[in-house]
Amino acid sequence: MKKISIDPITRLEGHGRIDMFLDDSGKLANAYFIVPELRGFEKFCEGRPVEELMILTPRICGVCPTSHHLASAKAADAVYHCEIPSVAKKLRELMNSAYYVADHTTHFYALGGPDFVVGPDAPKAERNILGVVKKVGLEIGGRVIRQRAICHEVVSMLGGKYVHPSAATVGGTGKGLSEEERKKCQEIAEESVEFGKFSLKVFNDIVLANKAYVDLITSDAYTIKTYYMGLVDEKNKVNFYEGKIRVVDPEGKEFSKFEAKDYLNHIVEGVEPWTYLKFPYLKSIGWKGIVDGKDSGMYRVAPLARLNAADGMATPLAQEEYQKMYETLGGKPVHFTLANHWARLVELLYAAERFLELTKDPEITDPNTRVIPTAKPDEGVGVVEAPRGTLFHHYQTDERGVTQKVNLIVATINNHAAISLSIKKAAAGLIKGGKEVSDGILNMIEMAFRAYDPCFGCATHFLPGEMPIEIKIFDSNRKLVNIVKRD
Amino acid sequence: MNQKGFEPKIIGFLCTWCSYTGADMAGTSRMKYPSNIVIVRVMCSGRIDPTFVLKAFQDGADGVLIAGCHPGDCHYINGNMKTMRRYPLMVKLLEGFGIEKERIRLEWVSAAEGEKFSTVVKDFTAKVKKIGPLNWSVQAGVSKEASSPGLKEARL
Amino acid sequence: MTKPKLALNWTASCGGCEIAVLEIKEKILDVANIFDIVFWPCVMDFKYSDLEKFKSKEIDLCLFNGAIRTSEHEHLAKLLREKSKVLVAYGACACEGGIPGLANQFDKESIFQRVYVEIPSNQNKDKKFPQENNDMPEGKVQIPAFYDTVKSLKQIVPVEYFIPGCPPLEKTTWKALETVVKGELPPVGSYLGAGDKTVCEECPRKKEEKKIKRFYRSHLKLPEPEKCLLEQGIICAGPATRSGCEGACLKANLPCWGCYGPAQGVVDVGAKFMSALASVIDSDDEKEINKILEGIVDPIGTFYRFGLAGSILRRRKISQEKKG
Ligand code: SF4
Ligand code: SF4
Ligand code: SF4
Ligand code: FES
Repeated sequence: MKKISIDPITRLEGHGRIDMFLDDSGKLANAYFIVPELRGFEKFCEGRPVEELMILTPRICGVCPTSHHLASAKAADAVYHCEIPSVAKKLRELMNSAYYVADHTTHFYALGGPDFVVGPDAPKAERNILGVVKKVGLEIGGRVIRQRAICHEVVSMLGGKYVHPSAATVGGTGKGLSEEERKKCQEIAEESVEFGKFSLKVFNDIVLANKAYVDLITSDAYTIKTYYMGLVDEKNKVNFYEGKIRVVDPEGKEFSKFEAKDYLNHIVEGVEPWTYLKFPYLKSIGWKGIVDGKDSGMYRVAPLARLNAADGMATPLAQEEYQKMYETLGGKPVHFTLANHWARLVELLYAAERFLELTKDPEITDPNTRVIPTAKPDEGVGVVEAPRGTLFHHYQTDERGVTQKVNLIVATINNHAAISLSIKKAAAGLIKGGKEVSDGILNMIEMAFRAYDPCFGCATHFLPGEMPIEIKIFDSNRKLVNIVKRD
Repeated sequence: MNQKGFEPKIIGFLCTWCSYTGADMAGTSRMKYPSNIVIVRVMCSGRIDPTFVLKAFQDGADGVLIAGCHPGDCHYINGNMKTMRRYPLMVKLLEGFGIEKERIRLEWVSAAEGEKFSTVVKDFTAKVKKIGPLNWSVQAGVSKEASSPGLKEARL
Repeated sequence: MTKPKLALNWTASCGGCEIAVLEIKEKILDVANIFDIVFWPCVMDFKYSDLEKFKSKEIDLCLFNGAIRTSEHEHLAKLLREKSKVLVAYGACACEGGIPGLANQFDKESIFQRVYVEIPSNQNKDKKFPQENNDMPEGKVQIPAFYDTVKSLKQIVPVEYFIPGCPPLEKTTWKALETVVKGELPPVGSYLGAGDKTVCEECPRKKEEKKIKRFYRSHLKLPEPEKCLLEQGIICAGPATRSGCEGACLKANLPCWGCYGPAQGVVDVGAKFMSALASVIDSDDEKEINKILEGIVDPIGTFYRFGLAGSILRRRKISQEKKG
């Protein structure tokens, strides 16, 4: 038996690694996607005042701190049975929309996009943001940096700073917007909508116009058929901040729709001794191992899943793009993992449009952004859609509002099983008996992984560089016989 | 945890004006008190930074006694009032670290109260003896932080 | 002249510090011009094995973010120390243990019990826990050891400098890098890029006399605009916290949480914060004082929010019976 290690693949709220075992004929026997990292937030948040959890829990992930901040605030509002002022809700959503624009932008241009814009078979040295710039024009690099910067400004405006903002509190948000700040936000939002449209055009001109790319997206190595989950509003449109959780089956039919507070009736997390990360699955279907299909409880979250789980987008331009995507890819649901990149851009446009709507809302400058909670605190669940998927925070407190129990299901973890399967599938298709494991295989595996944007989708790749990958092959005596490495 | 033959190490922070004089009196008039206590003289109880107490425990103390002038008698007017406000927080904090509240004690001891001082020390020592050694660095499983030999100057 | 070599690394970290480095935006290109970036696993294609190939002290500057939680983190800390001339703890986690350091009120066993068994969404009847060594049918799969105690970087290896914040703000990072680039290195042990006062001293809120009869948790009082929060009874870490952020959170009408760590010269942030709070209590009556202090429901979390691991006592006592 040969063992192959990819260490570290990339960041996933910690560090990730893939160990692969080949049998004697050189075929893939099994692949383990390992997360060797745990910090124990669910334990050490015990005993903390619940209003501080929205400050503590974002430190789980500095890539999506805004999502944790808001999921936590919603859970804490629920603990206090507190209805927050409508302007507070809008301010939180506004901040979240600006954050989404920045985050999705980064992923498309710097991390996931280069595979398509520059091409999966382009020389490695060009498969990065600089390659994108070369292909679509110089000014775009500056645009991307600027788009991120102006969205960061919006988050800082409300939360004091971009990474780990201090904006929401139980009962609302600390700060409102002045008319001057609102105007600024509106300008930023208008620019963001234009940027969203532009990004879809880039995708259209470069990716969709190229048959080879479309074939790649729709190829079997990158297809797994799972359930999909996402938040939807009352019209079953995608929503990032609130609504019900909807799950559709691999045929696209509604499987369940539930309130956040009922999540325990629907989701279960399994534990495996060889990783610190758990495996969530759908409770009523059960865990069948790392396999897809209707009989497996495996589900997916994040952009493509959200679009699959909804009936459309709540804003006009994004809705058009939504329809176009499904028409092109052969109807709903779409099972092609790589279509996540497209779905992400549809979402980017939606986030920008929603951001703009909110900046024009007459109520948005209302200074009464907070109420003091008065009910007795006990228990609450808060759910938002983080860029990387549905994020659950569940708190129980004593009558003083001091936290007793915390449960968190972090966005990327929902995809854990699916990521494992996608990697295994890509690897199995590529590592064939007798053949040497080559460098080309690495990018294929990497692409499967990267489509999920496992948490380090941020600014990270705007320097020349690649996700570090190394495969170590061990023979049956665990002697290193070969290292395949990209450098 | 009670160990036979265990002699607790007690650190006493005493204000120089009242409590230290009281302790001195207890010493000279041969009102015996256990030799477990190591006395640290400070100008005023209000000057006892909580850091001193934490350091005492870190360095191996099993108990810490704080003593100052009676309310109203502080030579710096309200130094002991500061102590009084800090003390309950200190106790809460230590409990958060798993250090029993019986290991810390605040007493007002005047210059004339040699006997009271002696009784307090006897009683406190006995109580700490009963709960047993704290032995912080072992119990908490932590040693002191890495020393930095040779790190005098940095150059790129 | 060859460019000085720069390495960046993370351990038990949220990634926010990596984003924070990139927050200097286009100036990152200056950094790339000045330094030869030789190791930055989150951004560039470098491997741990590349790191081992460096000669001792071959890397000129290493920015290290994250706390030490597992055996792998400890290994990396030691390796980077060996390879680097100047090792800098970047961000609260590396400087003081940060938020992950709050886990020092617990131990490995209680954390595992909660995360892998108790959690209501878990399905783990056989009480499976992650194991360091796993014999799977196909071969051995290993994961690093999880320690009982979170440590700061300097508790593992000697560290030259510290850059505070969770994460350090853009101006802090840039100022720190400038100091290094200009060769104006202060004495070893200094903090770079931040101030040497407290957050209070640069907080835009109006300060008068601080005398309070009740502490409020931040969500239980609507603060008057522009007035110091602590004077209104709202618990604020400003008096114990290092300056440098210009009161970022205060500008958002919420208190300082203490992310820039202990103010200059403060040995134990909790001791300092505690004294500061006690000193604003307006009472000489023991009972009343106790009543006022009931407003502080989580002393360790409040006083050591970002710095439990780096404090004098460092962690909660581990019960010997359980260990024995
Ligand atoms: S210091 Fe803060 S931002 Fe930096 S890694 Fe730690 S938690 Fe994240
Ligand atoms: S206590 Fe807080 S609000 Fe008051 S001056 Fe200091 S930092 Fe500002
Ligand atoms: S105000 Fe306090 S918590 Fe906020 S950024 Fe500044 S130091 Fe950090
Ligand atoms: S001088 Fe004795 S307590 Fe102040």
